[in-house]
Formats: sequence, C-alpha cells, structure tokens
Amino acid sequence: MSEVATGAGDAAPASGLTATLRHARYIIGENPVTGFAFSLFTLIVIMAALGPLVAPYDPLASNTSVALKPPSAAHWFGTDQLGRDVLSRVIVATRLDFTIAVCSVALVFLMGGLAGVAAGFFGGWTDRIVSRVADTIMAFPLFVLAMGIVAALGNTVTNIVIATAIVNFPLYARVARAEANVRREAGFVQAARLSGNGEYRILLGHILPNIMPIMIVQMSLTMGYAILNAAGLSFIGLGVRPPTPEWGIMVAEGSAFMVSGEWWIAFFPGAALMVAVFCFNLLGDGLRDIVDPQRRT
Amino acid sequence: MSAAPPLLDVRDLTVEFSTRRGIVKAVRHVNIAVAKGETLGIVGESGSGKSVTSYAVMRILDRAGRIAEGSVTFTGVDVCAAGEKEMRDLRGREISMIFQNPRAALNPIRKIGHQIEDVLRQHAQAGSDDVTEKATAMLEQVRIARPQERYHAYPFELSGGMCQRVVIALALACRPQLLIADEPTTGLDVTTQQTVMDLVVELTRARGMSTILITHDWGLAAAYCDRVVVMEKGNVVETAASRTIFTAPTHAYTRKLMRATPRPGAALRDLLPEDLGAEPEPQAVGPAANGNGIGQPRGDNRAPLLVVENLVKEYPRKGTEGAFAKMFKRNDTGEAKPEVAMFRAVDGISFDVRRGESVGLVGESGCGKSTTSTMVMRLIDKSDGRILFDGHDIGTIPASKFARLAMRKRIQMVFQDPTDSLNPRFTAERAIADPILRLGEVTGRKAVRARCEALARQVGLPVELLGRFPHQLSGGQKARVGIARAIVLNPDLVILDEPTAALDVSVQAVVLNLLQGLKEQLGMSYLFVSHDLNVVRLLCDRVIVMQGGRIVEQGPTEHVLFQPEAQYTRDLLAAIPHPPVP
Repeated sequence: MSEVATGAGDAAPASGLTATLRHARYIIGENPVTGFAFSLFTLIVIMAALGPLVAPYDPLASNTSVALKPPSAAHWFGTDQLGRDVLSRVIVATRLDFTIAVCSVALVFLMGGLAGVAAGFFGGWTDRIVSRVADTIMAFPLFVLAMGIVAALGNTVTNIVIATAIVNFPLYARVARAEANVRREAGFVQAARLSGNGEYRILLGHILPNIMPIMIVQMSLTMGYAILNAAGLSFIGLGVRPPTPEWGIMVAEGSAFMVSGEWWIAFFPGAALMVAVFCFNLLGDGLRDIVDPQRRT
Repeated sequence: MSAAPPLLDVRDLTVEFSTRRGIVKAVRHVNIAVAKGETLGIVGESGSGKSVTSYAVMRILDRAGRIAEGSVTFTGVDVCAAGEKEMRDLRGREISMIFQNPRAALNPIRKIGHQIEDVLRQHAQAGSDDVTEKATAMLEQVRIARPQERYHAYPFELSGGMCQRVVIALALACRPQLLIADEPTTGLDVTTQQTVMDLVVELTRARGMSTILITHDWGLAAAYCDRVVVMEKGNVVETAASRTIFTAPTHAYTRKLMRATPRPGAALRDLLPEDLGAEPEPQAVGPAANGNGIGQPRGDNRAPLLVVENLVKEYPRKGTEGAFAKMFKRNDTGEAKPEVAMFRAVDGISFDVRRGESVGLVGESGCGKSTTSTMVMRLIDKSDGRILFDGHDIGTIPASKFARLAMRKRIQMVFQDPTDSLNPRFTAERAIADPILRLGEVTGRKAVRARCEALARQVGLPVELLGRFPHQLSGGQKARVGIARAIVLNPDLVILDEPTAALDVSVQAVVLNLLQGLKEQLGMSYLFVSHDLNVVRLLCDRVIVMQGGRIVEQGPTEHVLFQPEAQYTRDLLAAIPHPPVP
C-alpha cells in the first residue's frame, strides 16, 4: 500500500488545488449520484442568479381571468387563485430561499465553527461554556426554538437567518470541537509552538485550515436543513410575507386549495423544496467522499 | 532444501492493486518455500512487498488487491483456489498471524481470556466445559504471571509487551502449523523484544511449527531465522541461509542494507553506500550562507550551554485503586498524601550539555526521557528543579509564554514522526518558512524564499520539492523538511526526539550523517533522545541512561556502552540483537 501512496505522490507534483479537482472528477465519475447532485446544485445557483430573467411571467402580476388553471402549455405549473404563474413564482423564489440558507450557514459557520475550534483547542472553561451552550440549544425542539426567536426578534428575513443559524449552532460547534480536539496535541501543533506561533495564531492558522474540509461537508448538509427551516417558518406565517414569492408561503397558500382539487399550487413549490433539500444532502455525501483521505486510494 | 515437499510453497506470486492510476504490482514473481519446522525471515524496507506477500498467503488482501499470477500451496492445498469457508478454517487453525501493533490486534472492550476462548470455539478446539481451562493454560504458556487473574483483564490494562504475549497466545491457541509474524516487536522496547522473540521461538520449536518472520531489522533476522529472503520493491533479490547471507551477501541491495544498519564497530560514514551517486548528498554550504559565520561552537566554550538541576515532573494520578494504580506502585514512597497521589514521570535528574556537544538520552518507553526533553524544550512546565540555558533560568518562564520570546529560536526540535509534525496543509516551503516569519529578522517574500532554498540545499532536499505538500513527499524527504525547519534560525540547542525511528535503515543512515554534518557546520549542540543504543553511539559524545524517571548512568559514550557500570545498561546492551559482522 505504501508503494501505491508514494507512487501517487511522485506522479502528481501538482498543487493542492489541481490535485483536489482531479480527485473531485474521479469521485464524480465513480459515483453518478454525486455528479447528478452537482448538476442540480448548478441549476439551483443559476435559478437563484437569473430567476427574474428566465421566469416566463411576472411573479407578482395577478390576472384573475386565468385564476386556478391547471398545468398547461401556457402555464406549465398552472396558476394560483390570483392567476399568477406558479412556475414563475417557483423560479423567482429560489433566490430568496437560497440566500436565506447561504447567509444562515455562513453565519453559523463563523459562530459555531470558531466557538467549537476554540473549545476543542483550549479546553477548560472555553470548552465548558461552549459545550453547555450547545447542549442548552439542543435541549429545545429546534423548530419551536426558531419560531420563538423569530417571534421575539420580529418578523424579518434577517431574523430568519439569525434563528436558523442559532438552531444549527450545536452541530457546527460539536463537529469543530471534536476535530480540533484530536489535533490539539499533534506534532505539527507542537512544531508551530516551536516556530514561535502564539496560541491564537496556531488556532486560526494551523488548526482551522485542517478542519475546513469537514466543515464544508457540514455546511452542505445543513444547507438543506436551513432551506427547510426558512420555508417552514414562512409556512406558519413567520418571516417572509405574501405576496413575496417564497416556497413555504406558496405551499401554505396552496394548501387551502388542495381539498378542492387544485393540487398544483402547493405541489410544485413543495417539490422544488424537496429537490433542493435532496440535492444538498447528496452533495454533502459527495463532498465527504472528496475530502475524505481514506477514499484516496 | 529437503526431499519432503515444503509446508508452504509460494510460486511465481504476483499481487496487483488496482488504483486510480492503473494497476500497481506490489509483489512480482516471488518464490518462497517454507519447510516444516523452519524459521524464515523476510527482510526489506517499507514498500518492499513483504507484508503484502504474507497477506496474499492468508488471502486477506484488501478489496483493491488480488493475486494476479502464481500459486500458493499450503500442505498440498491450493490456497488461491480455496473458497472463503475453507480459508476461514485455515486461518487461525493452520496458519496464524501476529501483527505489528498488539493493541490494535486485540478487541479493546473484550476481556483477553474471552478473546482466546473465541478462537478456540471458532475452530472447535474446545467445548464449553474445558474452554476456560484451555484459555488460562495458553496465558500461562506465554508466561503471563497470575493467568487466572489476568484472564479478566482488558487490553488497555496491560503493557505493550503483555498485549503482544496475548496476541501470541491467540495465534498459537489452535496449534497451527505456520506462524506469520509481521514485525512482531516493532514498537516494543529492546528488552521486551528479546523476551517476546525468545518466547515465540521457544513455543514454535516445541510444537515443531514453521515461522515466517517479517522484519526490517537485520539483527532480529540474524538472531532468530534459519533462512532469510531479502525483498526490494516487490522482488525477491536474494535468498540464503542466514549464516551465509550475513558473511557473504551477493546482491548489491543486501549489501547496501547491511551497510546502513548501525552496528558495533562501524562509524557514521560507514553506513552510507559506497557509491553516493543516487542519493542527493547534502551540499557543503559555505559559512557565509549560514548567517552566523562560524562552524565552531559559539561563545564561551567552557560554560555549559544547558544545565538541568534536580528536574522533577509530577502528574496527578487518577484513581488510587485498581490496576492502573498498581502499575505505578513502585513510586508509592509514602510521602504523597493519599488524596493527592502524584506520579513522578521525571524524578530529580541533573545533567548538562556543553556547546557543540551531542548528548544522548537513552531509555525504554516510560522512562521519562520524552518528558525531560519536552520540559527542556519548554513545551510543558516543570514541577520542580531548574533549567539553565546559557545562564538564564528558562524553567521559570511558563510554557504558554515561551513561544513568543526571542529565546525560543535558540532551542529547536526535530520530531519523531516526520508525518505528524508537518502541517498537512502547508507546503514544504511554508513549513520551513514558518519560524522565519514568526521569529526571524528576514523580511520580504524573496528573502524568505531564498533562505528556504538555501536550507533545502543544505539538508539535501531538492529545491523543486519545496512546493509539495507533506503527503507528496517520502519519509526521508519529510524528515529533511523537519530538520530544515529546526535549524532555519541557527539554534544553539537542537533536541532530536528519535528523529529516525520512523525511517528505513538506508534513509536513517543518510539522515544521521546529515545531522552530524550540520552539527559540525553550524556548531550546534544536540540532545539526542532515543531508545536505540546503536544509533546513539554513532552520534553522541556522552550518553545519559534513564530508567523510571531517574538517571542510572551517564558518561562518555565509549565508556557507557563498552564498560557499563549499571546493571540496567548492561541489560539494555545485551538485549540488542546484532547481525554477525561480515
């Protein structure tokens, strides 16, 4: 096996980035599901970026003459009770939901990731405080906690982002803590001390880059949850308000028409939500394979 | 060898691994035969395919590997054609194996007695009425004291040597015909190695078993094997009786390996191959390149650079009862109060290191040598005593503050594990540059780059490798990066913590010569921490022998190693297996 390892090293005097890209290509080739997840992710990003440009109709323009029409050639996803095109609304909503998810994940990465790394590296009181805060958050039913935070702070998109970040805090803190803890006594950390690095510099310059791959996987996995959380809050009337196109609100609005047979109003935004969450979870699995050195045979 | 068919016959064996970069042949056309009752040694460096060969015999290659060509016949049975069920019967009952790391080979959450019972039951060697009795008898045979009591011990409660005895008991429980020992004593102390190997030989002889001993240690192969097979890069290069191979090696690779093995009577230069064409030799760099300018010890020659006085390190002991506490019973001298029982890892030692001198700190695992070096390094705080470095009492400065002091750059260290001590996300250049960026006066990207390149040349690391990450470098190259990082700031004292323990002998020979050359060039002092007396002898002017946190003997190297006064030193020296001098 060691022969294989050295062989790989000798054959690839490439930089870390190109090696990673080559490895990524290999993983995607090995596992078509990962490739599928990546293309779906690209599609979501394109929709989020170009949403209003590619949408066939104005998502807010109501036209009561075509209200509650089932899917047809003109309106692929049908129309809602105000005659708005469901397809256009689903596409335009991508940007809002995606932005909420990205912002909350970035925020929780900063808060939870840094707190967790510090807890794992310093131990002692830092560890106790961070771990108990994480335990306290975990003790609440997470969605109810998010509801409470948004209700208390006020009904805005910013507060949805904050609530989603707080709810995810323990996941990040715990992963970062565990990863930092095993590297705390590693030889390269001692070597960094000998090189004159202070403790904070070791934390940020030596430990953090080493746990980034795992944190990125964690980000992808919680991304789906963040979207679901944001949509859930909107569904129960917290957060984004109508008529803004948002998947959660659309499902909420459409649910009233389910009984009378107009299924498409709730179905298509719900399906979009499901596809997005599914995509991020698959992506997380794929990323884990890419960053896991054990798979690099 | 004899008229009777061999017990194990490996013919023309080729093992392939399918990797992303295509098929890699780990073993190529290997022929090995083991006669009944014979002990065969397979010797080679890492990557030579010696372990893969044994895995192929046991058919325990991992999923990517397969036997591409050749045949393996064991007592007339074709192992390659046997089904998985037949192989399960064969493994453990007919062929068994001892692995390198005994702790990893034992199930950590199962009592050792039960683990032996499992093997006996699996192969129907015992019924439920006599299984406990047989397992206890096995423990007794591998000389585990108080077997009835130890039957209920968990692996973590036993020392490394004891664990290896349990593994041997497991391997021999079903009275197999062939034992494959894959580096069975690597990671054990020399005295433990001797008792474990003697035990293996005695038990296998008594049962008329054959043994394959896989090792990188020539001394071990010479002491315990009838015949030796030398492997290099998947090929068998030489097979001969162990007596003739040591006196008259025919293959160039065998000669190179034997030359590189530290042995009594050989000087440091003798370890290097006769022709140095292949290996990049460290360049002699003029004094001007080293900033300091003098190749002689700096400053006042008479005053010692480092003085350690009555140094003590205590750790609070967890739990005063139970097996763990019993292990340290000899330290219970009564002065410690029962509620704050302390374990003294280092128990009042004093020594000094003069300028330009190499001092070896020798002892077996747990003797406190690493704790001592870490304290001198100022990575952990002492409990008592004084550490004087160049007249300053550095022991009083807390370890957490020491990293940013100017004194830091005068004491540096080369770590034991070159892989673990390099940040996986730093390139070689970034790793070498780290001390300059933090503590050095050199500023500007170009100057740092130039300094790294000069250092790389000095330690014999090809400059084009500076952009690589640790996983793209070989063990020897990583060791060079670690050495370059330690000497980049021209330290006065370098602590070498078993710097070659993780390296192959031929690489070790080159690295030791490099260290010696650098010391002469830069006028540094070395504190060389090691368990290997042969290596210490080559590099050190004086030796300190430690046992149980105390110094048992210190003095000039030749004196300590050739006329040892302490019984412990004599035991240590006697336990080292030596290949016969050609």
